[in-house]
Amino acid sequence: MNEQNQTNEIKRIPPVRIEGPKRQTSGKKAKTPRLLPGFGLTLGVTLTILSIIVILPIGTILGFALQIPPATFWQAISKPVVWHAFATSLTTAFVAAAINLVFGTLLAWILVRYTFPGRRIIDSLIELPFALPTAVAGITLSKLYSETGLLGSALVKLGVSIVYTKIGIIIALVFVGIPFVVRSVEPVLAKLDGSYEEAGAVLGANNFTIFRRIILPEILPAGLAGFALAFARGLGEYGSVIYISGNSAKAQTQVVSYVIMQKLNYVDYEGATAMALVLLVLAFLILLSVNLMQLRQARRLGGR
Amino acid sequence: MKQSNWVKNILITLGFIFVILMLVFPLVTVIISSLAQGWGFYLKAITTPYVLSALGLTLVAALVAVVVSGFFGLCAAYCIGKFDFKGKQFLMTLIDVPFSISPVIAGLAFIMVFGRIGWGYGILDTINQWLGTNWRVVFALPGVFLATIFVTLPFVFREVIAIMHTRGREEEEAAVLMGASGLTVFWKVTFPQIKWAFLYGVLLCAARALGEFGAVAALSKARGSTFTLPLEIDALYMSGSATGVTAAFAASSLLVLMSVLLLLLRAYVEHRVGHAGD
Repeated sequence: MNEQNQTNEIKRIPPVRIEGPKRQTSGKKAKTPRLLPGFGLTLGVTLTILSIIVILPIGTILGFALQIPPATFWQAISKPVVWHAFATSLTTAFVAAAINLVFGTLLAWILVRYTFPGRRIIDSLIELPFALPTAVAGITLSKLYSETGLLGSALVKLGVSIVYTKIGIIIALVFVGIPFVVRSVEPVLAKLDGSYEEAGAVLGANNFTIFRRIILPEILPAGLAGFALAFARGLGEYGSVIYISGNSAKAQTQVVSYVIMQKLNYVDYEGATAMALVLLVLAFLILLSVNLMQLRQARRLGGR
Repeated sequence: MKQSNWVKNILITLGFIFVILMLVFPLVTVIISSLAQGWGFYLKAITTPYVLSALGLTLVAALVAVVVSGFFGLCAAYCIGKFDFKGKQFLMTLIDVPFSISPVIAGLAFIMVFGRIGWGYGILDTINQWLGTNWRVVFALPGVFLATIFVTLPFVFREVIAIMHTRGREEEEAAVLMGASGLTVFWKVTFPQIKWAFLYGVLLCAARALGEFGAVAALSKARGSTFTLPLEIDALYMSGSATGVTAAFAASSLLVLMSVLLLLLRAYVEHRVGHAGD
């Protein structure tokens, strides 16, 4: 449900447009007194807790990062270690999110459209990455793909090694990201009206055409939302990645969170906040771009 | 859409392969690895002072997070769901911030506020001098609690607001017109509507709190006193010895057990709240 809400959150941009006409009537609204009690109290509690826990700490990071002189900031960001960490995190998170987009849509599809033995079990297993603590997921995946692990021992015979490579990072990120796509595509697929597909079939479209022209446009926004959430999550992921990645500067398997944590441990606050600022901006851009894509999609569909 | 059977079978097979490789194998690995050196070792590994202290702290931190995030979620959902005011959309976006932020950044944020270079450090110092106490936030228990609250803050709000939006406020307004007091309205009208969603949010929040690693790792350095279970697992695993690794998996099995328990509870609550996707 939580991921479902996250898709809602991303779809929340259109209401901002609607707010224009709403505001005209708000003059009337302001005249009618609030009937329910407790507005001041609950808003006060909300703002107080939110300030202490979120606004002030994150604001402090932003304030500190913006105070760093541009030259120092650039120096901190342009170090090869930092540069490689961003490159590694961006590519692995992107590839993992893309894999999740494909398999997440496939899983949502078979869960919604087919009945088969084991369906319920698969449905509840999807939640596992949300429930499993990231550190546990990290050491488990690392063990599973190591030379003594269930899968690693078989792969070693084929000459493939996964632990301490970027492939290992991708596997960890696929693990943590899979529920995002499944849970955002699932409700949209379930609500899809079957009559358009029937119409398409009657008009002689084959299965692939029906999927591409009728189903895909409907589920694409939800799929992209899931993709973005998985991508954003993967970009900042720490616990599940650091064991399987090996964190070698030479092999470029250090992710951004790991390098930030390292800088924290060496009390390099300028370096850490500079990286944090870039990471925050990247996460913001990812979510924003998907918002815009969804907006465009909604307009296109609405304009039919 | 009419589909030939072979397409269906191929898709289902692909789904099964993915789930078995990506989800079932890891689960099996935890169980096998935790018992790699027998039951005797397992029992000894989960009862060391370090593990017990970490387990206790993890449960306390989860409880603190559930109480604060639960209270916050109810208040925020009530004022956003039942009233119209300017900046509502913005407030909701702010509440969602912890979801899109790397936990390591959350840890960093509290260090920047309460650490030696932070503006909160001086305030804390003044309070300490005044009261003659020696409270600290960073690398102490309050830091662990703050980090856990940060990562779990939106969970209850999200679940409750969804219900509040669909239910509107007519019933509450009717109750107020009939003369009910604010608290009566909340307990007799609002809460019964949202209680399953609230419980669902609490379970999500608890699951997240039990497993939080990155944010707490930045703020907690003392094994045996401020280490939560995920940090203790990390310490055991990083010791590098075979027994250390097995002990790490034994400690992990405790967390996995709690997670699976929460998953089962969630499945039940989901059924009650009508969340089920099918």
